[in-house]
Amino acid sequence: MDLTGATRIVIIGGGQAGAQALQSLRQGGYEGKLTLVADEAALPYQRPPLSKAYMKGEFSEERLYFRPESWYQDQNIEVILSTHAAKIDRTAQTVELPHGGQIDYDALIIATGSRPRALPTKGADLEGVHDLRDLSDVERIRPNMIAGRRMVIIGAGYIGLEAAAVARQMGLDVTVLEMAPRVLARVTSPVMSEFFETEHRAQGVTILTGARLDHLDGADGKVSAAILADGTRLDADIVLVGIGILPNEELASDAGIACNNGILVDRDARTSDPRVFAAGDCASRPLVHFGRSGRLESVHNAIEQGKLAAAAILGKPRPAEDCPWFWSDQYDLKLQIAGLSQDYDEIVVRGDPKERKFAAFYLRNGILIAVDAVNSPPEFLASKKLIMSGAKLAPATLGDTSVSMKDIAAAATAA
Amino acid sequence: MAKITYVDNDGTERVVEATNGESVMEAAVKNGIPGIDADCGGACACATCHVYVDKAFMDKVGEQQEMEKSMLDFAENVQENSRLSCQITVSDALDGLKVTTPESQH
Repeated sequence: MDLTGATRIVIIGGGQAGAQALQSLRQGGYEGKLTLVADEAALPYQRPPLSKAYMKGEFSEERLYFRPESWYQDQNIEVILSTHAAKIDRTAQTVELPHGGQIDYDALIIATGSRPRALPTKGADLEGVHDLRDLSDVERIRPNMIAGRRMVIIGAGYIGLEAAAVARQMGLDVTVLEMAPRVLARVTSPVMSEFFETEHRAQGVTILTGARLDHLDGADGKVSAAILADGTRLDADIVLVGIGILPNEELASDAGIACNNGILVDRDARTSDPRVFAAGDCASRPLVHFGRSGRLESVHNAIEQGKLAAAAILGKPRPAEDCPWFWSDQYDLKLQIAGLSQDYDEIVVRGDPKERKFAAFYLRNGILIAVDAVNSPPEFLASKKLIMSGAKLAPATLGDTSVSMKDIAAAATAA
Repeated sequence: MAKITYVDNDGTERVVEATNGESVMEAAVKNGIPGIDADCGGACACATCHVYVDKAFMDKVGEQQEMEKSMLDFAENVQENSRLSCQITVSDALDGLKVTTPESQH
């Protein structure tokens, strides 16, 4: 469907994807009505620092915001904050607001993001139990980030481990509980899990893997301890829950738009309704370098899909679909990830984890599909290109640190 | 405060009043300067805020750290005066700084 004549574009959701779409539409020359409906009270801001530098107090709130308020005025964008869109009426082409009122659209972008998976155990609603997703979560957590306090983190994914690093650096007594036999089990290989477990333990974090939480205990409505299935009691002043996220797809599915663990979109970020797009955490997209579809929970994905949706609406050529990439900061370690490592059949480690500078390459049928690079930007950047090229790589060469990544990349792509 | 001029690939100049303490990348993004993507928000993780620094300011923008050096090593069209603008902190000394953005950040 040609939407180049659109004069009313609505974006639901003010995260990274929504903010990118606003910018790309205006930068792309769209001059019509542009409305942002976002459920948080704050203007669009960056989420990654929330579990990193911002949590630690090394990054001011002002720096979190993508744009100052004046930018939205200058760009003539109508911003409706603290408002959870109630319903999409696709026949009437309107977004209904909770207290009556509606906004008409010619094209709609759903960028509703995701929400933390709720802890299914007793005591999850006690005071002092927090998710870590929004600015408002961090505002509640930060007053408790005091040296000597006891923090229990449930879930050893990236969010849990980043928060553990910050809390430990601030002098808290930190315990991380993980149900799986190793940390980061869902997202990376045993090599990386072992490295991060060793690192966190060396920093003084207690990591309990294979640990089943039974419930949280409280006193006077406030959390006081985490009780494990084996009866272990861990006293806690504060509990952080980081056990994964769920896509906010209900607005779309209720409107009859096709969803399956995410709002289904094509390469242009278009949903089953040609006037409606979805971008960011909430969308399940074709992963063109991997021959399948899926949801990506990352900044890069949100930016890219925001650009794809804007370009499709404006009838511009499709922007490049880059190799998926991610990063995580823990202590002085910068982990940079390119590609998707699921289904690898061979792993090659380059460098020595003990040096805290190494990379794990993941191959499938001799083709590089992902890298986890710790303090190793060349391995990360070269791999991004190699993954997209689909070139065959010799494991022995990848692991040979006497050959530079530049030379490896040049040889592989020339062949 | 420092006045910074961003010159895009076509030679178009845009002048921004940048605040001390923020990065040259942040000043660009907040003012909607095209040509600086800054996908990672300044974490030195993506190399999409590459700029060419006016040679007269090369000694004022500070030294490159190891991480930035190796990130730039893989950027396209790197020159002697290439920097990642997220790693340059604005101060009074940078008043009048001119940076040019490359044709593409990828």
